Amino acid sequence: MIRDSGIGSKLWRTAVWAVVAVFVLNLLALIATVVIDSLSTRWLGTWLPAGFTTHWYADAWDEFGLTDVLVVTFEVVGAVVLISGALGVTAAYALARRDFPGKRAATLVFLLPLLVPPLTYGIPMATLLYRVGLGGSFWGVVLANLVPAVPFVVLVMIPFIEQIDPRVEAAARVFGASTPQLFARVLLPLLLPGVLAALLLVLVRTVAMFELTFLTAGPTSQTLVVALYYAVFASGVRAGQEVDVMAVVYMVTTLVWLLLALRFVNPTQIVARSKTQGAH
Amino acid sequence: MTALASPASPGVPLRLRLAARGIDGTTLLVVPALLAILGLFVYPFLYGLALSLAPKAGPFYGSYATFFSDPFLRETVWNTLILAVPTTLFNLLLAVPIAFRVRLMRHQRLLTTILVLPVTLGTVLVAQGLLTYLGPQGWFNRVLLWLHVIGSPMKLTNNYWGVFASLVITGFPFTFLLTLSYVSGIDPALEQAAATLGAGAARRFARVFLPLLVPGLAVTFCLSFVQAFAVFPSAVLLGAPAGSTHVISIAAYQAAFERYDASLGSAIAMIMGAVQLVVVLAALGLRSLFYRGPVGGTKG
Repeated sequence: MIRDSGIGSKLWRTAVWAVVAVFVLNLLALIATVVIDSLSTRWLGTWLPAGFTTHWYADAWDEFGLTDVLVVTFEVVGAVVLISGALGVTAAYALARRDFPGKRAATLVFLLPLLVPPLTYGIPMATLLYRVGLGGSFWGVVLANLVPAVPFVVLVMIPFIEQIDPRVEAAARVFGASTPQLFARVLLPLLLPGVLAALLLVLVRTVAMFELTFLTAGPTSQTLVVALYYAVFASGVRAGQEVDVMAVVYMVTTLVWLLLALRFVNPTQIVARSKTQGAH
Repeated sequence: MTALASPASPGVPLRLRLAARGIDGTTLLVVPALLAILGLFVYPFLYGLALSLAPKAGPFYGSYATFFSDPFLRETVWNTLILAVPTTLFNLLLAVPIAFRVRLMRHQRLLTTILVLPVTLGTVLVAQGLLTYLGPQGWFNRVLLWLHVIGSPMKLTNNYWGVFASLVITGFPFTFLLTLSYVSGIDPALEQAAATLGAGAARRFARVFLPLLVPGLAVTFCLSFVQAFAVFPSAVLLGAPAGSTHVISIAAYQAAFERYDASLGSAIAMIMGAVQLVVVLAALGLRSLFYRGPVGGTKG
């Protein structure tokens, strides 16, 4: 690598790292604020709270009905992950292996929901779901969350499937494998790491998907992030610590899966979803 | 070949003729997912478009007329642009030099993991954290007071700057990680060649990297802008939702689900999409202008 050693470039380098440090410090302090406040007895006008307690966790857990919210969250996320996995992986297989008329149009249809922000298409979609009677129900939330999830799985899986040599499948055929055998004994083991990574990313994104769930959820189909929004929105009704307890619960729920996902994928993949990297 | 492709040719089964064009059982696997997206994304969008053109009363363009004649609604476009454009540019200008530094790092993973946190946690959590952190008694103001940078606590929540901060916290990592993937895609040999020919750091950036990066930066700008333009939870929680941060998504949500005017709600969503499209097309148009310039040669 080229290393410039002039005083100007040293200053520049220092300045760049200083900006990074300021950003990371602010970010960590922001997260620490939430965690510390959720554990504090009283925190007003001092650097650190007067004392620490865990009783807010028990209080908030009962008041917000967090058991129910968590159950709903995992039911929604589980359904979204399974359905988008089944639909997305099969579609990605077809798109990776076959060249057919209209393939470019099909790819565009899968790309659009990832480029248009959820709130823009969410409002007409939620209106339609309410008109057909699915709005506010469990399946309404699941359907809404499938819109970004299915294309995400498709686009993550296409490069992954493309790098599997089709001759492996041909060889299995020659040795007399039936289609179910080919799928279970050859494709599934080869695809498993990619599928796992894609589904973990869908899981993390669905837990954190606020807009679509907010627009379609009813009182019994709220996920954690929507419940957190309402808690912050109505803050002042309850102790601030209880809202922060909820934020911590949400943070832990997301981060557990994020850390798991990061064992399989590069962090850049969470953002740069349509780039064909990391497949090798 | 023509006989094979012709639908009238007898003797060749339809299955084989379709297979010759790439359509067989495997191709059909794309159908379920395609139907799901057509039914859940494309159809609702067209439905919303139709709905926006069918107001409760008045001519077909009534909902759009309502939006543009009501100053409180009309101003949301400006309110959103004045938030989204500066934050996107700020994030992009910050991301480029940092990406150039991080590219040279051997252990990028820790930094990228830390930066992916706010993207994953989402705007609601960041808004809740910032409410305390940037508040008058929060650490941010306390540190500035302690360093004697400011004399009295700054008001950073429930106004424009609160939303600005939240868009930077969630938007910068997104912009940065995209930029990083473009920057690390550039062959380091090009930089070495330029250095061998005597180009300094600034010239290497301006004459070698920048032309190669512009397409990527334009795409990054578009994706980041579109996200910022749809800002919703932080504008409600951290901003002044009835005042300076009455953004277009708040107007659309209130019209559709608080006043139950589905036509107006859809119309505002369509306007939101249209503004995003205009800015994205402008950004991509500027990119192609850049390419017709002296650094061209990629044409053809």
